[in-house]
Amino acid sequence: MANVGTDRVKRGMAEMQKGGVIMDVVNAEQAKIAEAAGAVAVMALERVPSDIRKAGGVARMADPAIIEEVMNAVSIPVMAKCRIGHIVEARILEAMGVDYIDESEVLTPADEKHHIDKTKFTVPFVCGARDLGEALRRIAEGASMIRTKGEPGTGNIVEAVRHQRMMQSAIRRVQAMSEDELYAEAKNLGAPYHLLKQVHDLGRLPVVNFAAGGIATPADAALMMELGSDGVFVGSGIFKSENPEKYARAIVQAVTHYQDYELLAHLSKNLGQAMQGIDLATLREEERMAVRGW
Amino acid sequence: MKIAVIAVQGAFREHIAALRQLGADAREAKWARDLEGVDGVVIPGGESTAIGKLMREYDMLEPVRELARAGKPIYGTCAGMIVLAKRIEGEDTVHLGLMDVTVRRNSFGRQRESFEADIDIPAIGAPPFPAVFIRAPHIVSVGEGVEVLATYEDRIVAVRQGNLLATSFHPELTDDYRLHQYFLNMAQAPVAH
Repeated sequence: MANVGTDRVKRGMAEMQKGGVIMDVVNAEQAKIAEAAGAVAVMALERVPSDIRKAGGVARMADPAIIEEVMNAVSIPVMAKCRIGHIVEARILEAMGVDYIDESEVLTPADEKHHIDKTKFTVPFVCGARDLGEALRRIAEGASMIRTKGEPGTGNIVEAVRHQRMMQSAIRRVQAMSEDELYAEAKNLGAPYHLLKQVHDLGRLPVVNFAAGGIATPADAALMMELGSDGVFVGSGIFKSENPEKYARAIVQAVTHYQDYELLAHLSKNLGQAMQGIDLATLREEERMAVRGW
Repeated sequence: MKIAVIAVQGAFREHIAALRQLGADAREAKWARDLEGVDGVVIPGGESTAIGKLMREYDMLEPVRELARAGKPIYGTCAGMIVLAKRIEGEDTVHLGLMDVTVRRNSFGRQRESFEADIDIPAIGAPPFPAVFIRAPHIVSVGEGVEVLATYEDRIVAVRQGNLLATSFHPELTDDYRLHQYFLNMAQAPVAH
């Protein structure tokens, strides 16, 4: 008897992505560049986050024609984003055979209270989180992979660092807690006790934990690995740089060899202009994506 | 016994944990120098295009081939099986090109078709093995001297050729270590070439 869509199969898929780079792409040509550079998966989008910011208005699931174009172009896994709480966008993506769904704050939320019940799906989901409580709430809903939210489309790493720091420091604190303290902490964090207990026992999240949101250079990617990420998502950072091919290759190698500083120096040479960044202080509150999701 | 687990990308930590549980001195191999003096090599699951590319860029392919020629056991799981194969359907690039098999990538479908199933592997005895298939490849055809260890619905999913071992599925995601033990036994009794 073959069992599809089990936790082991859904979480296992993310385990296979570890130590790798998942790249945002908007067409077949970019997808091929990403695959050739050694990306472990691509995220098929209509616009990268920095263009979503520029365009304004309501950001929705990409046109299925674009996602299909990308799926036909590469043999590596293809991910796609649906709006927070948008069950039907997720079902459409699942029906298309997308390999992983990102229930993403980069798009405009469809539901201000409920995330999707991801346990009901065969396809696995990745969700963003700013801290341990948020990560465990998403895992309780069935997320098989977690990523930091960061502040997407800014080329500014500061929020991703904040989120991964908060996550790792909370994990270390939970690890040191006594059994009875865990009950109080579960209430504090707004997270299910049984998942918190797993974090206590494992010393990490029970699913793979990637970094995302603001990674623009090989050094940024290596920094996120240094802080305990299992791998990285790079959104606008590659195809909004001056030389996407070079950036893609360099970031892939930087993630594998994140503690080899001489190599990182070599990889960072003559890359050309990185994507234009945004100082977060210049963003209005309603322009911040990291605060979406509950 | 020193076992190098190729650690350029993928589920290498799980393999290291399984091998250490069995008493082996398992370590990460990110560079060619990490392959010096080892008694065996494991190529983990991950994305075969990424693993193959990084092994090529960091000159790790030839040292692994040399270890194979010296009779040291090499074990590839999923992506690792693709990296080991002499032929990959529809692709001109092969990676290690050691094992006389033709593999088909993603042959069970996309992620939503990924599955778990208990399969019989006579070489490791009863009970059936809990096999986890994730966007898994299968072996379309084998050359002479390749022993089929297991099939699932008439597709070849585990093979051995002398000191080379490959499975479509991921024993490193389960706590059944019989295949890792089988591999370590191969390292203890090297096959002459």
